[in-house]
Amino acid sequence: MHLTREEERTLNGEDGETLQKAIEILVALGDIYGADKLIPIKSAQIAGVSYKTIGDAGLEWISDLNGKVKVPAVLNPAGMDMLRWEEMGVDAEFAKKQHEIVAAYEKLGIQTKCTCTPYYLDGFDVKYGDHLAWSESSAVSYSNSVLGARTNREGGPSALSAALVGKTANFGYHLDEMREPVIAVDVDCELTGSDYGALGYLAGKTIGSRVPIFYMQSKPSKDELKSLGAALAASGAVALYHVEGVSPDAVKLNYERPDETLSVGKEDILEVYEKTAMIGDEIRDTDIVTVGCPHCSPDEMQKIAAMLHGKTLQKEMWVCTSREVADRHPELVNTIEKSGAKVVCDTCMVVSPAANNFQCMMVNSGKALSYVPSMCKVSAKYGSIEKCIEEAGVLDEN
Amino acid sequence: MRIKCRSISRGAAEGEVLLTHDAISFLGNVDPKTGIIEEPQHELYGKYIKDKVLVFPHGKGSTVGSYVLYQLIKNGVAPAAMINAESEPIVAVGAIISGIPLVDKMEHDPFDILKDGDTVKVDATEGFVETTD
Repeated sequence: MHLTREEERTLNGEDGETLQKAIEILVALGDIYGADKLIPIKSAQIAGVSYKTIGDAGLEWISDLNGKVKVPAVLNPAGMDMLRWEEMGVDAEFAKKQHEIVAAYEKLGIQTKCTCTPYYLDGFDVKYGDHLAWSESSAVSYSNSVLGARTNREGGPSALSAALVGKTANFGYHLDEMREPVIAVDVDCELTGSDYGALGYLAGKTIGSRVPIFYMQSKPSKDELKSLGAALAASGAVALYHVEGVSPDAVKLNYERPDETLSVGKEDILEVYEKTAMIGDEIRDTDIVTVGCPHCSPDEMQKIAAMLHGKTLQKEMWVCTSREVADRHPELVNTIEKSGAKVVCDTCMVVSPAANNFQCMMVNSGKALSYVPSMCKVSAKYGSIEKCIEEAGVLDEN
Repeated sequence: MRIKCRSISRGAAEGEVLLTHDAISFLGNVDPKTGIIEEPQHELYGKYIKDKVLVFPHGKGSTVGSYVLYQLIKNGVAPAAMINAESEPIVAVGAIISGIPLVDKMEHDPFDILKDGDTVKVDATEGFVETTD
């Protein structure tokens, strides 16, 4: 791998130990994957934030680092709402550790907004062809596929290293040839809303870590693409997908149809809605409904607020979003919370230990459906946003 | 005998070989407090990795494994150095943040020429492994 003189100097420790380790990580990954050089990045999104996932081991490492990031950098969701954790049922010891982790990142100049949708934040706009070092799998998928930017699926330390150095190694999805589709997915029915998450949940298992191109009957919105990509990344390890005639690379580059084909029909999609991902043998009643995986866009907040307006819910319902989006729309938050639902920021049903306290969760996200049973040990059911609200038990309607 | 290899995490150390044909998931397979392999299905079940030159094909499992290597160093029970057939990012990143020398792609297959108890020197800065015989 070719390094500039300045990069060599950093590698030899002349810019301090933190930067030396950071560039050593970038160079090692570059060597493993055959990168020719380091390239500048526009922004970074760093995984390894929830105390539930990184534990004391991760906290120790981050606390020991010194220095400041060179590009705008933001965090993955944390294990709790950083302000309303007590209300969520998170215990004080966990909260203390979670605050320490976020404070350790803040010391490095990282913005302590914890979200899987950094592309909605001020200062994190993404343009076609931008190189990024993002971590969270749905954010990686969205930026690569829907926005046409270029990022690998970075691990926590490698994204943090990239932020500190302001560069990443040039391999994988930064390169044209790695972005070409290798499997076609024929969808021979019209889809809407949560059908796209169901499609991703199904197709991801077969696609694995390859790059698919979808041939669809209907034209998905950006929010629908967000659900599709999140589910593909969770049930498989898809970091980039194309949709013929819709996604920017597919439109610009006119890819040839790959030989291998996966076909998905209406009956496959319907099956996802009918099956409960069970923990244990006993079928339990839904005791929580969660939406906002990935974090809700302003449009989604608007839709949910309109549907909950004037209603009172019987069951626990979480609407997960980023604090910045919630802060920008206090009137929507207010309408949603009047129904009894909670607008939960900085975290989600997958990474917060508070989700483990329930028996059965209904979700409208293929990603949540993939992760909730294994990560929270909670059974999961799938439904549209309408069905989710119905399941939460509408008591009265004015 | 001096054998060339690729350097992944710089530094040099000497120690006794502990070799396994099983991949290692540092999260779950290794107790970060004691450095004992705690996974009953693993070939090295019950063995201490402290101060050893740990030879294994590659890492696997959760990316949190990188941080577990850091905990092992902090707790004084980390391997002295590591040799992989081919390194992947979890162990590579873990070795670098922990300052544990790591090499891979040795010119001679480490599983042919090394055995448990051999004393070897791993120089990951210069990119070689040296056996003492």
